[in-house]
Amino acid sequence: MAQTPTTGAAAETFRPIAPRPPPSSAVGPLRWARDNLFSSPLNVILTLIGLYLVWLIVPGVIDWAILSADFTGSTRDDCPSDGACWVFILQRLDFFIYGFYPDAERWRVDVMFLMLAAVLVPQFIPGFPARGRTWLGIFGLTLYPVITGVLLLGGLFGLPFIETGKWGGLMLTLVLSYVGIVAALPIGILLALGRRSSMPVIRTICVIFIELWRGVPLISVLFMASVMLPLFLPEGVNFDKLLRALIGIVMFQSAYMAEVIRGGLQGIPKGQYEAASALGLGYWRSTALIILPQALKMVIPGIVNTFIALFKDTTLVLIIGLFDILGTVQAAIVDPAWGRVAVEGYVFAAFCFWVFCFGMSRYSQGLEKKLHTGHKR
Amino acid sequence: MTRFVSAVAAGLATLVVGAAGAQAAETLDTVKERGEVSCGVTTGLAGFSMPDQSGTWSGIDVDFCRAVAAAVLGDASKVRFVPLTAKERFTALQSGEIDILSRVTTWTFTRDTSLGLNFVGTTFYDGQGFMVNKDLGVSSAKDLDGASICVGAGTTTELNLADYFRIQGMDYNPVVFAAISETAQGFESGRCDVLTSDQSQLYAIRSKLEDPSSAVVLPEVISKEPLGPVVRQGDDAWFNVVKWVLFAQLNAEELGVTSDNIEEMTGSDNPSIKRLVGTDGDMGEKLGLSADWAANIIAQVGNYGEMFERNVGMDSPLEIARGLNALWSEGGIQYAPPVR
Repeated sequence: MAQTPTTGAAAETFRPIAPRPPPSSAVGPLRWARDNLFSSPLNVILTLIGLYLVWLIVPGVIDWAILSADFTGSTRDDCPSDGACWVFILQRLDFFIYGFYPDAERWRVDVMFLMLAAVLVPQFIPGFPARGRTWLGIFGLTLYPVITGVLLLGGLFGLPFIETGKWGGLMLTLVLSYVGIVAALPIGILLALGRRSSMPVIRTICVIFIELWRGVPLISVLFMASVMLPLFLPEGVNFDKLLRALIGIVMFQSAYMAEVIRGGLQGIPKGQYEAASALGLGYWRSTALIILPQALKMVIPGIVNTFIALFKDTTLVLIIGLFDILGTVQAAIVDPAWGRVAVEGYVFAAFCFWVFCFGMSRYSQGLEKKLHTGHKR
Repeated sequence: MTRFVSAVAAGLATLVVGAAGAQAAETLDTVKERGEVSCGVTTGLAGFSMPDQSGTWSGIDVDFCRAVAAAVLGDASKVRFVPLTAKERFTALQSGEIDILSRVTTWTFTRDTSLGLNFVGTTFYDGQGFMVNKDLGVSSAKDLDGASICVGAGTTTELNLADYFRIQGMDYNPVVFAAISETAQGFESGRCDVLTSDQSQLYAIRSKLEDPSSAVVLPEVISKEPLGPVVRQGDDAWFNVVKWVLFAQLNAEELGVTSDNIEEMTGSDNPSIKRLVGTDGDMGEKLGLSADWAANIIAQVGNYGEMFERNVGMDSPLEIARGLNALWSEGGIQYAPPVR
């Protein structure tokens, strides 16, 4: 209305009538429901079946998990109702998070968690200065694993030594997956480049490595590392079980990562390589400045997919007697003093995994949006 | 192909035995030097070895390792527990990662003779049994003709079950599950009338039922499952130590020496007790241990009966009766050579 002239000719000026709101049948939830849920007889039937299933399941779940669940107390007797016994989870929470890590030293694990949060959380905050984010990311990929390793293991700077046999729970899950992720990405990139190399020796080595590790299931890699390897080592040489598992996981994941990244490399048009050469860039500079930034951006979903798979695969260390978060849950639910708490335990473990995997997935979506430069078809 | 496979298997077996042989003869010294007994346990089995909320292990298998630590190092807390799965347990022992395997391991001919290992004795006489719903009104396994039976897949349990019913000339309908927890679920939801497993397991499952008194464990035991600690073959000194830790605990129970009365018993005039607690003779020295080795076990861990009752017996949620595990003098078969 600001444009309306205020002169005497105002009466003659064309005044548009404010548009009427569309009829209620054309907008809002009703219209949406008609378009999406009741657009054809088949859809009506499917919607009704869906609603019926929701009605069957959801109230029961909510009732079990929240309404008639027990939250406070310290023993089985504090769970008299039919609902979930979250008391058990709360009582055992320390064990689920720290495993066998000694009580007095648990602050070291807390520091690890805090530093991890300090590295990760800013990556999700759009307003955070980009430079700070970059530095935090670089810190997370390089110094952080080293600092954390020294901190958790101890034996230096007056910290008591904590053997890896005492690591467990959520902390072990995070250690396994973080090391797996941080180490697998660079090794995977090198392997992918090596596989596309024109040098026959390097190419052959990379192909053999990738195909060998990709051709065996992770469970057998872990099994070899924990059961067969000690037999082949000379007497007295007995290197750490967690380290063996970590090496196995990193080898395995880097082979997968290499193939994902190779997919990205193959998606780069030949013109990009030629343009880079025409600019006078050598192999490493053209790879680092032209090819990889484009290739990695293209395969973010694949990379994150591999990370998520890795995060969940870490539970396989159960079979070599390491207690990741699922392992601690399984060890705790056999306690006869607690009765039937298996469901609560598994729900809790599933929830923990979901939180981390969903977080990774959201982050990758955000990253894709940010790096979107119009190449998408 | 088969020849190749068997050649590889033979090579591996040689390697295994070779590795075990090479470890020989100094476990006791190694343990003393390290100041810690390394003990292989389960990844969580109620009553036998299970971590509590602060991560401390408890159970009868765990207590046995503590008893060994008390005897060798004088301190029952100096044990490093290594949780192992069933598949890796023997390798861990063969490779020297652990000193004792105390992990509900059944003593069988093949394991004793071909793995380069020695079974020390039996800490728990187990056996496969049946659990039925009380409402069924069955009091003997012989009444189970035509029953549907929940059983874990691919275990000796399944084979024993088939054997038993064939011998009895009865029919049954197996309901097979992948894991023991699912088996229990199947039993509870009424998928089967009967559940079969090792008796210790049956009691653990029963304690987890909504109403534990609604199920009964039948008296028949259809297989022998002597569970006991295992050590490497070829290290007789260590074998003797571990063996006599168990025997000392059994003798202590027989002589009425408990963790409560050990103080006054050290002043006892009974020559058997004096030899056991080390006030007479040089029993400890013969094992390469201090004179009060057995007194330490009893004071810090207790005798066999205490260890049993605390973890799996009537004082525990499992409520397993002593049965075969009672002393020979009380109707069981637990029998130890004298300390003399």
